[in-house]
Amino acid sequence: MIDFFYQTLWALDATLRVATPLMLCAMAGIFSERSGIVDISLEGKLLSGAFVAATIASLTGSVWLGLIGAISASVLMSLLHGFACITHRGDQVVSGVAINFLASGLTVILGIAIFKRGGQTPTLSSGERFRPIELWFVDALDNVPVIGAIYRELISGHSLLVYVALLCVPIASFILYKSRFGLRLRAVGESPIAVDSAGVSVTWLRYRALIVGGVFCGIAGAYLSISHGANFVREMSAGKGYIALAAVIFGNWRPIRAFWACLMFGFLDAITSRLQDIDLPLIGEVPAQLMSALPYIMTIILLSGFIGRPSPPSAIGVPYKK
Amino acid sequence: MMINKSIKTSGGDTACYILELQKISKSFGLVEANKNIDLQIEAGTIHGIIGENGAGKSTLMNILYGLHRANSGEMLVNGARVKIKSSADALSLGIGMVHQHFMLIPRFTVLENVMLGSEGGALLSKGRISTANKLKELGQTFDMEVDPYVLVSDLNVGMRQRVEILKALKGGAKILILDEPTGVLTPQEATQLFEILDKLRENGVTVLLITHKLAEIMAITDNVSIMRGGEMVGHRKTSDTNPQELAELMVGRKVLLNVEKPKAKPKEIALNVRNLGCYSSRGHKVLDNLTFQVKSGEILGVAGVSGNGQTPLMEILAGMRKPDEGYFEILGKKIDHETKVSPFTMRENAIGHIPEDRHKHGLILGFEAYENMVLGFHNTEMTGEKKLLDKNHMLKHTADRMDEYDIRPRNPKLLASSFSGGNQQKIVVARELYKNPKLLIVGEPTRGVDVGAIEFIHKQLIQLRDQGCAIILISVELDEIMGLSDRILVMNKGQEVSTVNGDDANPKDLGLMMAGISEEASN
Amino acid sequence: MSVMKPLPRWADLILLPFINLCTAFFVCGIVVYIIGENPWEALLVMLKGAFIYPGSLGYTLYYTTNFIFTGLAVATAFHAKLFNIGGEGQAYVGSLGILLATALFAPFLPAVFVVLLCIICSAMVGAAWAFIPGYLQAKRGSHVVITTIMFNFLASSLMVYLLAGPLIQLGQQSPQSDLIPESAQLASFETFLGLFGVDIASSPLNLSFVLALLALFVFWVLIWKTRLGYEIRAVGKNQDAANYAGINVPKIIIITMTISGAFAGLLAVNEVMGVQHRAILNFTAGYGFTGIAVALMGRNHPVGIFFASLLFGALFQGGAELDFEFQSITRDMVLLIQGMIILFSGALAYMFNPALSKVFSRITKNGANDD
Repeated sequence: MIDFFYQTLWALDATLRVATPLMLCAMAGIFSERSGIVDISLEGKLLSGAFVAATIASLTGSVWLGLIGAISASVLMSLLHGFACITHRGDQVVSGVAINFLASGLTVILGIAIFKRGGQTPTLSSGERFRPIELWFVDALDNVPVIGAIYRELISGHSLLVYVALLCVPIASFILYKSRFGLRLRAVGESPIAVDSAGVSVTWLRYRALIVGGVFCGIAGAYLSISHGANFVREMSAGKGYIALAAVIFGNWRPIRAFWACLMFGFLDAITSRLQDIDLPLIGEVPAQLMSALPYIMTIILLSGFIGRPSPPSAIGVPYKK
Repeated sequence: MMINKSIKTSGGDTACYILELQKISKSFGLVEANKNIDLQIEAGTIHGIIGENGAGKSTLMNILYGLHRANSGEMLVNGARVKIKSSADALSLGIGMVHQHFMLIPRFTVLENVMLGSEGGALLSKGRISTANKLKELGQTFDMEVDPYVLVSDLNVGMRQRVEILKALKGGAKILILDEPTGVLTPQEATQLFEILDKLRENGVTVLLITHKLAEIMAITDNVSIMRGGEMVGHRKTSDTNPQELAELMVGRKVLLNVEKPKAKPKEIALNVRNLGCYSSRGHKVLDNLTFQVKSGEILGVAGVSGNGQTPLMEILAGMRKPDEGYFEILGKKIDHETKVSPFTMRENAIGHIPEDRHKHGLILGFEAYENMVLGFHNTEMTGEKKLLDKNHMLKHTADRMDEYDIRPRNPKLLASSFSGGNQQKIVVARELYKNPKLLIVGEPTRGVDVGAIEFIHKQLIQLRDQGCAIILISVELDEIMGLSDRILVMNKGQEVSTVNGDDANPKDLGLMMAGISEEASN
Repeated sequence: MSVMKPLPRWADLILLPFINLCTAFFVCGIVVYIIGENPWEALLVMLKGAFIYPGSLGYTLYYTTNFIFTGLAVATAFHAKLFNIGGEGQAYVGSLGILLATALFAPFLPAVFVVLLCIICSAMVGAAWAFIPGYLQAKRGSHVVITTIMFNFLASSLMVYLLAGPLIQLGQQSPQSDLIPESAQLASFETFLGLFGVDIASSPLNLSFVLALLALFVFWVLIWKTRLGYEIRAVGKNQDAANYAGINVPKIIIITMTISGAFAGLLAVNEVMGVQHRAILNFTAGYGFTGIAVALMGRNHPVGIFFASLLFGALFQGGAELDFEFQSITRDMVLLIQGMIILFSGALAYMFNPALSKVFSRITKNGANDD
């Protein structure tokens, strides 16, 4: 029983770690897509953020410069996306694919040029990474049964960026539903011409949405390489950007719901390694590949409209032309 | 050009005009939409701008509202020269606009829609309360109260229009532009709208009413300006003019519609519609128990405010949609919910279909003319007898039709988008008439078409009728309906209100019927 | 906005794409320059590596074969305004068709039939993998871009599971299938031409290249010469008008995606039957995604697709040469070039349009002096 309790705690703890970049990318996706811009370049932004964070942290020894670098790189990618599909009204999916390619190529080429390690960055020392933070009263609560353990194992002891990610969700929700920027952003994804005729610049609004998304993706990238990991490895984003996109759809383009989707996908990922080689009652051994494919399968089923209909922003994917 | 200035420009004294346009020009590609437009609007009046479809009214208003930029010309508001580069500029100058297609977001509440663009702070909480109060106040002043917390998608068209007006007023509009506001309203709703406009005028708001309906101009405006072919062709005081004069100015010649039409000689029943009904995707009944017949050799006009079931009726008859209830017989073939139909099989049943919206349905603008000339007939010998498409055959076929219908330029390889509206429509007409249909379904045959082409198309329809074709003509232009139809069926909310003889019809009665008041009831 | 005259047709079809391509290479050159190498030298090395060294042309054409298939897959879908990002996954599972066909038919059928059946089956399985997203788009309204991305991941998971599990070669640790029987293997050009006494350098180029050229021709006939092609293009240009014309739009969407997947599935013929002679992990190596760049650059036209495929073939083969000749640039350069080409030939395809049309209108004005 106690064993099961700790197993569960660890699984949830791992869930949180895996879900952190997903949450950040999902929020990025929501901002971009709610403004009417399809964003399959989450993956590329995440990757370039991870690379720049590790590179700068390694060169300067500062995690903070690394984080700022990651955000700048990711925002730069967002601006490129905006330049192509807002300013020049190019195809948003094509532009996203291009950015993903650019990120894959540039991170490795620059990595080799700077470090000559075949595309990896040097392993960072603990001072060059975001370290786990022990929250207040951990020791004091230790004696309280159950809660103490939950507090120590699950709630405390994560890196700053995990808490940042958790905070980003309510912030994103607040901005989207309670602020002027959010109202306009939701409006421009529904009907850009209505926004235009209300005297608000569609172009600038969409750029801002992409920039916010870039910031989120940059933080997520930094988390991958200088918090969760200790260096940059080629293609280390490993499809997380796409899973985040799936979470956006799963969450019906709403921050809180997308957050739960991220946790669910993170949980699937976390228990996959634990379920390997274990015979489950009734089901038998579950192939790890099936587990890792589950988020995609679930998203496809959801998109097929068999469990409720997803309602994407009405004007998504359509360039605005006066 | 006959520019008659009944509103005098007295020297340099332009200050008495709240709005003045000088020599505004605008072209899109090769099309000149506005040519040297001059216009003066007196403060506190309702000023009508009338002209046919495509006369350039909407373009002019979009320039005024900052949605388009003029190529040249000046704008003055309260006598001061202004540059309006965006709607934000227009709004800050006190110019508000109610667009023909509403600029509302269906998924937002009324309040959110009204707030958009002037939220009153970075957070919504404060503006929410003040906007709701303001809405209430405006609603009481102008007699158009709306619940601010309902979703716009739950409102009917008339209410949505009120929201648009409130939105403009809340933004502090002193000049309110309404672009074809009654196009989507029943005559009764239109009357209510005019009462609101009257109230606005009393409260010092200047109203610019864009319309192509003479009756509206006569009923409510103080002054009127007339546009034709992108030019301003006259200004009048409404009290000094009459519908005949305005019509002449609009069309550029004596009579609006002069179709020489011999008496119809109807023969056997070509189309027999029985208890036809269908539902929209959201479950509303859009066609309700419709029963009528059309005989070979007659034209049945279907009149109604747009959106009262005409479109689904056309789509069902053309095979683009299935009836949910009832059935219809075409040349003896019965078609109901069970029947497998497609537009293709309907064409095989000798039905021609000239759709309401040629850009949406009738043509593929990115295809060349010869490819459009076989659209819908691409599985017939029109594309050649061989297994593969026979391009030479199609080119020849198209060149022949172009000669026959005088379609210019005579280049079958030109993209459909490169033809003028009239010539595009002629491509559609040529295609749909080629196989001598026994039944022709025609929607808005002359929308956005120049006068010459209108006459040509109308003659074609009459000629086809006299050859024994049954024709259903659907049009929101009462003049067109009355000019061409042998019998007129009036629709309201998907139902038949009444059917009258073409010769006996008059606009007033038709208008009442379009509002759902049948003849018997009104007598 | 000023009056913009449309460009002359040749400029739109040739000049503009060429300018876009040059821009893409120019920007890549800048990156090479920044990391301290000579872009011009790098280009020469790639060209030599792609065409001059013995066997290099064979390699280039071997890559070209792959890109023709995936480029055609993307282009077919593009004609119906569908974006098939799933070429990678469709090609990947295409190999299952080959494995299935060899297992079923190789024991008792002569080689010619086995090869034919293998080709058909690889196309069919690729088609099936694209059919589902097509069906979901047509009937359930789920967007084909998202579903094909998801199907790539599904294909990847499925293949890892199969190649590391049920299909693994006995006694092997690395995830790969058994060798396919010899009757299903395609002759390399070296062997094939050897039969006629022609001696060429060894390379993976095999008879699939001929199949690819055939596919280009089939594509051309399909899109521009058949009634189905007419319907596909009509759906792509204007769905409402297509519906009005009696074209069954959902059906065309499904058919188009299926054909698109079939083209992608043929990639497995080159890799499995022509080169590896077995299914190995990740044999698609991103070729499916490169197909997007190929289709965009080739403007969805067979001639364009052929030359775009050739260019990418040369890039892939020449790019490998970079590893040997340079310290700091590697074949990953090719990823960057692909990205730039997709960006400039795709997303920014019309960036230079206004400038170019200004130039043209000035030329015509000077020439004819009409206003």
